[in-house]
Amino acid sequence: MTATPSLRRKTSRGSILADRAATVVLWGTGALVLLILGAIIVHFAIAAWGVVSPSFILSDPSDVALGGILPVLWNSIYILALTMVIAVPVGLLGGIYMSEYASDNAVTGAIRFAEEAISSVPSIVVGLFGLILFVDNFHQGFTALNGALALTFFNLPLMTRLSEQALRAVPQEERSASLALGATKWQTIRHVVVPLAIPGLITGVILTAGRVFGEAAVLLFTSGIGTPPHYNFANFDLFSPASPWSPFRPSTTLSVYIYKLQSEGLGSHVNQIIDGSAAILISMVLIFNLGARFIGRVLTRRLTAA
Amino acid sequence: MAQVSTAPRLASLRATPGLLERIDLPRRVVFAAAASMILIVALLLVFIAWQGIQLFVRDGVPVGQILSPTWQPDRASGATNFGLLPFVAATVLVTAVALLISTPLSVGLAVFLSEVAPNWARAIVQPALEIFVGIPSVVWGWLGITILVPFLAHTFHGNAIIGLPVVGQIFSIPGFLTGFSWMAGSLVLSIMILPTITSVSYDAFRAVPLEMRTGSLALGTTRWQTIRHILIPSALPGVLTGVVLGMTRAAGEALAVQMVIGNSPTMPAAITQPVTTLTSQITLDMGNTVFGEPWQDALWTMSLVLLIVSITSVVLVRVINKGRMAT
Repeated sequence: MTATPSLRRKTSRGSILADRAATVVLWGTGALVLLILGAIIVHFAIAAWGVVSPSFILSDPSDVALGGILPVLWNSIYILALTMVIAVPVGLLGGIYMSEYASDNAVTGAIRFAEEAISSVPSIVVGLFGLILFVDNFHQGFTALNGALALTFFNLPLMTRLSEQALRAVPQEERSASLALGATKWQTIRHVVVPLAIPGLITGVILTAGRVFGEAAVLLFTSGIGTPPHYNFANFDLFSPASPWSPFRPSTTLSVYIYKLQSEGLGSHVNQIIDGSAAILISMVLIFNLGARFIGRVLTRRLTAA
Repeated sequence: MAQVSTAPRLASLRATPGLLERIDLPRRVVFAAAASMILIVALLLVFIAWQGIQLFVRDGVPVGQILSPTWQPDRASGATNFGLLPFVAATVLVTAVALLISTPLSVGLAVFLSEVAPNWARAIVQPALEIFVGIPSVVWGWLGITILVPFLAHTFHGNAIIGLPVVGQIFSIPGFLTGFSWMAGSLVLSIMILPTITSVSYDAFRAVPLEMRTGSLALGTTRWQTIRHILIPSALPGVLTGVVLGMTRAAGEALAVQMVIGNSPTMPAAITQPVTTLTSQITLDMGNTVFGEPWQDALWTMSLVLLIVSITSVVLVRVINKGRMAT
């Protein structure tokens, strides 16, 4: 009977009240995040109502009417594809080195430091690096390829780290079993480790793609900020600056276009166009995120069940 | 018995590796891919540093001048003066206020996710945070322009707050008429860095061993006492890492801040005043200046300052986590 009162004295009324209050406040932080996100989505759903339509997505910008965003949306997708074509193989190979080969030495330390350093450099500085390297030194002007290369610099650490994590998650027994069967290290990586890591790798690719799609500061001074001309999609000449398929042309993306419109503020429909474009950007972010989750889950189930 | 007979054959294969195996091409290729990041950082440092010192080398501006509070870069309007102090001060202050708002909220959220939230709540809030990370900075800036800035202008201009003795003085700055201000920049940034601080802090709380919690609770403490006296002190290095990473992101964010901050290159005096950060001034002026002129060189010097700050923060994170397992 003596133990119970002493316990009660320790847990005083005040501290129980403090505990209750803390619980309420902590739940409040979680609710706040959901509230803000919900408000943002509802806000853009309302703002985009009457703006986003098939003709908004599929027509050229216009000075007088509402116009559309086809060329800038095309450029966003084009630069995203170009960036991923470069960044995914390099990032995957780098991830393979960090996960399967790297020993705990000075070179590995330097790579890790570089990885963290690029991640922490402001995106605008990466854009300026692209400007000085491509535009001022090589006199290439603003091109889609320069934008994609600058985006690759910026996102390579993320892609490498996500690949490394996905590969490290493969159980050690799988490697041992493959090596015990006489396979070489590279055969083991190619035929055992990488296939098993595919769900994680795909999630990494989609998350990186989501970040690339919305990025603007890196592209301001590398791929350009002008209003794009009318694109003739039948022009497949890769070296013609007029062809939408050419990597050697200035290409303003959707995010950069939003920035440009709000800073110039010209035209009668600017606010509507920005609201519509922002709604499309947010929808893409949602699709990328939910897509990464969904595909990751489906592939994991299918591959682990086999 | 069949297995045994293959053993000598395997051994002989191993004993005479072919040329390809000796070069180990795959190893070289994957190493090159990983090491390319070292090359990128080295090039970035060299190019930005080289451009950043041109203000002093080519244009002959004394190094001390960048510490002055006057920004007068245009030769057309008389003698130039490249004082970067207003931008540095604004960057520091805008970032500091953003951290003051965001840190308690983010740490609270991390504690909620790690200690309080049932599985179903975590399954909703964590994906929501990931979507937060994905929202592009131009969209945050646009939300700032269309919702936050008018709200600030409306709230703090021409109503009851201005009548109050001390508070009224802080908020009755003429520039606040429009709402574009240091405060708007800090508020937008505080939301943008929330997921960064939260996710790093969350990992730190998760890493505290379960025994620390059960041990504390067994002594009769409440959950809040355990959080305050056991969990937060144990996870402090991780939380600090999150704060430093959030700080780096806030100081380096360009477009969202530029869109709401008012872009006035004056020394920040009140939170309601329009100011300009390093990133927003670079964004604004880089396109309007000519390569090689002192004005643009000053912008390169600003980006060198930003680069030094971000590399320093990487070192800082390493110092904070020294002795702990590398992530």
